[in-house]
Amino acid sequence: MVKKKNAFLAVPYLIWMAIFVLVPLGMVLYFGFTTSEGQFTFENFKSVLKYGDTFFKSIRLSLIATAICLVLAFPLGYIMSRMGEVGQRTMLLLIMLPMWMSFLLRTYGWMTLLENEGLINRFLELFGIGPFSMINTEGAVVLGMVYNYLPFMVLPLHSIMIKIDKSIIEAAEDLGANGFYVLIKVLIPLSLPGIITGITMVFVPSVSTFVISRMLGGGKNVLIGDLIEQQFLGTVYNPQVGSAMAIILMVLILVIMGIINRFDAEEMEGMMV
Amino acid sequence: MRKARFFPKIYIVLSLLFLYAPIFVLIAFSFNESKSRAYFTGFTFKWYKELVQNEAIMSALFNSLLIAFLSSIIATVMGTIAAIGINSLSRRKRGFVMNLTYIPVLNPEIVTGISMMLLFVFFKQLMDLPLGFYSLLISHVTFCLPYPILNVLPKLRQMDPSLYEAALDLGCPPLQSFFKVVVPQILSGIVSGFLMSFTYSLDDFVITYFTSGSGFSMLPVTIYSMVRKKVNPQINALSAIIFLLVLALLIGMNIAEAKKAKKE
Repeated sequence: MVKKKNAFLAVPYLIWMAIFVLVPLGMVLYFGFTTSEGQFTFENFKSVLKYGDTFFKSIRLSLIATAICLVLAFPLGYIMSRMGEVGQRTMLLLIMLPMWMSFLLRTYGWMTLLENEGLINRFLELFGIGPFSMINTEGAVVLGMVYNYLPFMVLPLHSIMIKIDKSIIEAAEDLGANGFYVLIKVLIPLSLPGIITGITMVFVPSVSTFVISRMLGGGKNVLIGDLIEQQFLGTVYNPQVGSAMAIILMVLILVIMGIINRFDAEEMEGMMV
Repeated sequence: MRKARFFPKIYIVLSLLFLYAPIFVLIAFSFNESKSRAYFTGFTFKWYKELVQNEAIMSALFNSLLIAFLSSIIATVMGTIAAIGINSLSRRKRGFVMNLTYIPVLNPEIVTGISMMLLFVFFKQLMDLPLGFYSLLISHVTFCLPYPILNVLPKLRQMDPSLYEAALDLGCPPLQSFFKVVVPQILSGIVSGFLMSFTYSLDDFVITYFTSGSGFSMLPVTIYSMVRKKVNPQINALSAIIFLLVLALLIGMNIAEAKKAKKE
């Protein structure tokens, strides 16, 4: 009885979320499908078509960054999960600490390192190599994504891997599995939920970024995020086309995450048999 | 076997080097006398002095702290009350409300940013209300709200509802029973929800960028405009200060947590 009486307490929250989350998303849909006079149209989506290359580039770079994050974070998460309590605590602190600093500042740090006159080139110069032009390249953008979102991959992997019992790995080894088999038959299947969470948490911010591409990619490496930002805060204010881009971005993310989830579900079934 | 033990240490050192290289470079060059980001010419504290005297940065810092403080308090109060309501919903309704709660968490920040910007631009045309303090406060409350809810709900589920009923039966008025019986049991969830909201609000750039308008400057937006002009060692000094603050805060929190774990 007491329980039911409390349900009304959620009402102010629901009203707030309806006005400030659902209505704005509805406005994105409305703007995406109308002209500036309010007439229904597909023109906005048609004008996005000419930016197809940018969309492919965003997806390509963020998939590469996600894959690199996974490859780098998997061993790290595993090594951490096998450490003692103090070691784990310290490592978690060290991995979260950079996340608490503005990512603008950390990305700015990479600008300092990667510049033509920057520290990495100066260091290589000592050995008579280079200089390499590293900043304003696709590689620099991918590096920025990997750097900024690596902790998002490490943390879910670590939290799922501490649940993997040491004896399961030992059992596999005793039964004759080598390191590679332990990895693909035991470690990866058991950490799958962490892998999926990590992929989501790296891919979504990577594919929608506009800051990393602008700071490390120069003017040459424009991504979806940059296009959207230009429609809303650039020289031409065009919320109709910008909304159409945002809709495509959301659909893209849903589709790609759907594929990843389905792929993993099938893998899981295969593992079960 | 020896090789197997050697590899993890090297790997951890390399990973940490990767994570901290840009931060340490920023800090090192905050003491550099010239504006160069490549050559260290001499030691100085002058960028710190200039930073503290830079009114644009200091007022942006004040604004960011003000918004973070207000929005996290509003979000925590509203979120805690909502969590109590959500907790007493039927399973199906609760599922619906939780899906709604996850929208701002899962949606790309840029989409949340532009969607709210569209709403505020509409308000501006409707009521002649320019974007600024009010729009920032609303947008920050909105993206902070899920965190108190997600932190308080599990605590409510662990709680024994008959304790609250017992207090009512013993003649304690409902509001007093709430503060004396319910709040102490969910306090840790409220506090972590508040802290998460506060840090997210302080750190957010993307949503702030789209909903701030031109009159009200926030620290991350100011940093962004400084960073785009590239050469300004005050950014380095600011990074060093933020790094030290965060380090102190995290170590303090860790020690407190370790102590609590020991007690239990």
